[in-house]
Amino acid sequence: MNTMVEVMDKASGAISSADLANSEHSRVTVGEVTVADPRMTCRGVDVWYGSKQAIKGVTLDIGKNEVLSMIGPSGCGKSTFLRCLNRMNDTIDGCRVTGAIRLDGMDIYDKGLDPVPLRAQVGMVFQKPNPFPKSIYENVAYGPRIHGLTNNKAELDELVETSLRKAGLWNEVKDRLDQPGTGLSGGQQQRLCIARTIAVSPEVILMDEPCSALDPIATAIVEELIDELRANYSIAIVTHSMQQAARVSQRTAYFHLGDLIEVGETNEIFTNPQHRLTEDYITGRFG
Amino acid sequence: MNSQASTGAQPRRAIDVVNASLKRRYAKERRFRLLGATAVALGLAFVVLLFADIIGKGYTAFQQTYIQIPVTLSAAEIDPKGTQDPDAIAHANYMALIREGLRGLFPEVTQRSDKRRLNALISVGAPQFVRDRVLADPALIGTTQALWILADDDIDMLVKGNIDRAAPEDSRRVNDQVIGWVDRLAEQGRVQKRFNTIFFTHGTSREPELAGIAGALMGSFYTLLLTLILSFPIGVGAALYLEEFAPKNRWTDLIEVNINNLAAVPSIVFGLLGLAVFIGFFGVPRSTPLVAAMVLTLMTLPTVIISSRAALKSVPPSIREAALGVGASPLQTQFHHVLPLAMPGMLTGTILGMAQALGETAPLLMIGMIAFIVDVPGGFTDSATVLPVQIFLWADSPERGFVERTSAAIMVLLAFLFLMNLAAVLLRRRFERRW
Repeated sequence: MNTMVEVMDKASGAISSADLANSEHSRVTVGEVTVADPRMTCRGVDVWYGSKQAIKGVTLDIGKNEVLSMIGPSGCGKSTFLRCLNRMNDTIDGCRVTGAIRLDGMDIYDKGLDPVPLRAQVGMVFQKPNPFPKSIYENVAYGPRIHGLTNNKAELDELVETSLRKAGLWNEVKDRLDQPGTGLSGGQQQRLCIARTIAVSPEVILMDEPCSALDPIATAIVEELIDELRANYSIAIVTHSMQQAARVSQRTAYFHLGDLIEVGETNEIFTNPQHRLTEDYITGRFG
Repeated sequence: MNSQASTGAQPRRAIDVVNASLKRRYAKERRFRLLGATAVALGLAFVVLLFADIIGKGYTAFQQTYIQIPVTLSAAEIDPKGTQDPDAIAHANYMALIREGLRGLFPEVTQRSDKRRLNALISVGAPQFVRDRVLADPALIGTTQALWILADDDIDMLVKGNIDRAAPEDSRRVNDQVIGWVDRLAEQGRVQKRFNTIFFTHGTSREPELAGIAGALMGSFYTLLLTLILSFPIGVGAALYLEEFAPKNRWTDLIEVNINNLAAVPSIVFGLLGLAVFIGFFGVPRSTPLVAAMVLTLMTLPTVIISSRAALKSVPPSIREAALGVGASPLQTQFHHVLPLAMPGMLTGTILGMAQALGETAPLLMIGMIAFIVDVPGGFTDSATVLPVQIFLWADSPERGFVERTSAAIMVLLAFLFLMNLAAVLLRRRFERRW
């Protein structure tokens, strides 16, 4: 597997036929799965739920300072794939991941690797806003506190403020930091969850349909926020809305029944899809 | 029903079919409601009946009959040497002094058998109260005091009207002569019913007028305290491990099935287990709150584990994901987020388990809690009895005075059960607001 990754890194282009021969899955992903400057690299990732295979040999890179969106019909495995990237799938019984996923060259499925610090590096925002039933302040301060990121109360206060500012929530909540986070509106809650995620200074942020429970105005705010966050983080976002993918992402990956069908520049994918399945999905023929 | 529609001759609209069945559906609903209301009313009626019976029988136990007798606390008897030595004062024959005072009220009684009956007006425990009085205030020695002396339980019953005066003399506990004396004392204002402090401050006794529930109450307190200390951490820990950490496989399924089975095991089996294992094998002293708590812990653990697991299950998984997502370790996730949210449910389950343990009798009979213990226990390894066993013992006693005490003890037990259930409700409400 190591040699394969080296080959990929050198080539940094389309998969060669030799690599494909290495993989037992022969479906060819259309388009450029790798990028020149990757933050995360996934090579031949298979995911099994018991005896059912949910992801079939996905090879994909997430670049630095880019938003990668993953689209596809329900049950195509895009959320499953996303949850592999910070080992959230560990919590699911009977879930098995094979293949190589690397974060800055480090194999995150290495036996000796502790998923706890990994999740501090690869943060996650969930589909349904899930603030802790604690105060707004505590929601943001919890991560830094358990990781010991700050030395005193003043530093923690500052970190909470900057995190809330980055999430565009500071002005709305600065007077009621001691109020429960669950009392905020849906859009505010989701931004609070984003603030909570960025408070632990991750390198990658995974977003699993972050706007599916929000109204269009809150969605617009969160999308704007994602665009701003790109300056500092790599973001992988799963979405059901193709318009959203088109608005926020630079690259788009299309999944279908556990296969990665096509990857490419977002405007390329939406204007000129190469694969017939991608085209069918984008033009609304199914999905 | 809709044969007309299926024949297709005249296609009926769906709404007609619906309307036709509506009446029947509503009638069904009315019948069901009536059934439910009847069940509730029946249940309530029995509760009211139960309470009315217990309170009606037991409320008189909170009062106790006293007889005022002028007692000459003669120095010659109490403190012949004049040393005021508490030891000497404590060993004086106060019964003789009380009887002397009583005979003073009835100078006409001279017959030996009559004197004995007259003496029987007074409780055999009465001297100890006079002694305590004198010990507390030695200045009383040498004076004559009009003391309220504890009456015997038969006299108590007579005064409370529990002895039928119309019954033939040989079939009641007190004869006409004694009734005459008591009536005379009552006319003189020398008979009074006072609040029964003995009931709350003394251990049990063979004499109903001297029997109290303090021993059983303290026994129950120590037992429950230890049961709580043992069963809550073990139960919550087991629930947490099984629900959150244990792999889901055949073994954990087996354990789950067995925990559910344990919850249905008759409690006396736990008593036998305690007798064989804790007392027989480990040599834990029998008849103590310690061994009782161990047995009751075994008995309540399934309840605590099942309710704790239910409470953990009700915490939304999104909270766990949120905590894990910011890099909390599984243990931090549990202790910082899941446990606080599950706590009200766990506490409710535990308190209900405790209430069950408080009312449990059968297993405790097997481990010696049925022993007759007069002393109020002062610790976990003192011999003790508990409230329900005390009730069982008193209910078995033939004296009329124990009937009302049995009911009174039931009232105390029910009051505690009620308080514990109230605590469970309040705790749940209090913690749920945070959610």
